[in-house]
Amino acid sequence: MRNLFLFIWRNYFIFLFLLLETLCVYLIVQNNNFQRASFVNSSNSISASILEASANVKEYFYLKDANEKLAKENAELRGKLMVSYAVSLNDVHISHDTSFHQKYTFTSAKVVNNSTNRRNNYLTLNKGSKQGIKNNMAVITSLGVVGQVKDVTDNFCTVMSLLNSKTTISSKIKKDGSYGPLSWDEGDDFSMATLHDIPTHVRLIPGDTIVTSAYSLTFPENIMIGTVESYVQKSGQYFYTVKVKLSTDFKKLSHVYIVTNIMKGEQEELEKKSETDSKINQ
Amino acid sequence: MVNTIGRNIIRFFVLVLVQVLVIKNIELGRFINPFVYVLFMIVLPFETPKWMLLIIGFILGLTIDMFYDTMGMHAAACVFIAFVRPSVLNWFSPREGYEFGMQPTIQYLGVPWFLSYSAILIVLHHFVLFFIEVFRFSEFFSTLLRVIISSIFTLLLVVVSQYLFNKQKEEE
Repeated sequence: MRNLFLFIWRNYFIFLFLLLETLCVYLIVQNNNFQRASFVNSSNSISASILEASANVKEYFYLKDANEKLAKENAELRGKLMVSYAVSLNDVHISHDTSFHQKYTFTSAKVVNNSTNRRNNYLTLNKGSKQGIKNNMAVITSLGVVGQVKDVTDNFCTVMSLLNSKTTISSKIKKDGSYGPLSWDEGDDFSMATLHDIPTHVRLIPGDTIVTSAYSLTFPENIMIGTVESYVQKSGQYFYTVKVKLSTDFKKLSHVYIVTNIMKGEQEELEKKSETDSKINQ
Repeated sequence: MVNTIGRNIIRFFVLVLVQVLVIKNIELGRFINPFVYVLFMIVLPFETPKWMLLIIGFILGLTIDMFYDTMGMHAAACVFIAFVRPSVLNWFSPREGYEFGMQPTIQYLGVPWFLSYSAILIVLHHFVLFFIEVFRFSEFFSTLLRVIISSIFTLLLVVVSQYLFNKQKEEE
């Protein structure tokens, strides 16, 4: 035993090195496996407050862009106001409130940290569990999808950006509804993504719109993702692989919306019930 | 001695802030991510005890990790170069050894020495960092390209900052 201690003491440098590296590997693996707030990430209050101050300054550079975007969105929303429909509504049956129920609510948030040039990119937003934000909520802008909430603290949340090797979004081609998974593959830069498994009978034209499909519990249907840039059929496959030009400019994100699916719990419960039922029947 | 410690602590904070507030926001595409904070590990005094090198590397890496959301990746890379540094210094030592009071900087040991010494540490750091980040070998060559291009940029910034720093020292 004494010799063992002597041995460790003599080679303390190597042992300390191994110890620290093991600790690092443990942290990395834990962070990858459990998608929950670890104690050191940018939701952490110290670094988050510094990053927020820096984002505040940065925001001024994008004010013009942000204003234009807001004005455009305002115009679009104004178009959807009942006032705009007044004339045509006169002779149309007016629906009662009971025939519509709200499925999604939107929370606006500010981006306080963002990256686009790593293999796995994340954002930090200034809304957290106190504002009702939970894991796996969708994040969008008026231009298109951004990502999915990953970790939440009291006042901040981190978002797994679409520009992340682990992100997959169920999406479809707007004109005919054929759907496939969209991911950010190797070789895609910050303005591109790849849509897989589109059957070859679909007639694609560059410029076709790609939107989110209805099969996602997270994203509302028909949220803009981007447009078709090019497509190839890899040898031996019966599917097209489509390069998609993203409609969101990830370099200029400053204000985003977090989407809450009010009926998510209900749908999940139902699907789980049918799954367990079918297992029992077997 | 106290002066050296104080200067290093200030350098720690300055480099971390420069990395996180300035360089993190300069985005030159997916292949160029310089990490200038490595300069701190490079110019630590020769007399720093080995165990302290490892601990300092770990703390520096974790601090950067907090801002980059990468939990342990930078820490692993920094601890690794802290481990390699003494051996690298040994290979490059002048025939009569390092004199007391010398620092591993351009002004004490010249440009060729500093370039080769820091290039090795920077490439090792970036290599470990990027491969841990990607965590698979299927993208080996594109990651290697990232390592090489980013290392060149980091080296460039490190050398430039050395000249800026030297100027300040002469005025003292």
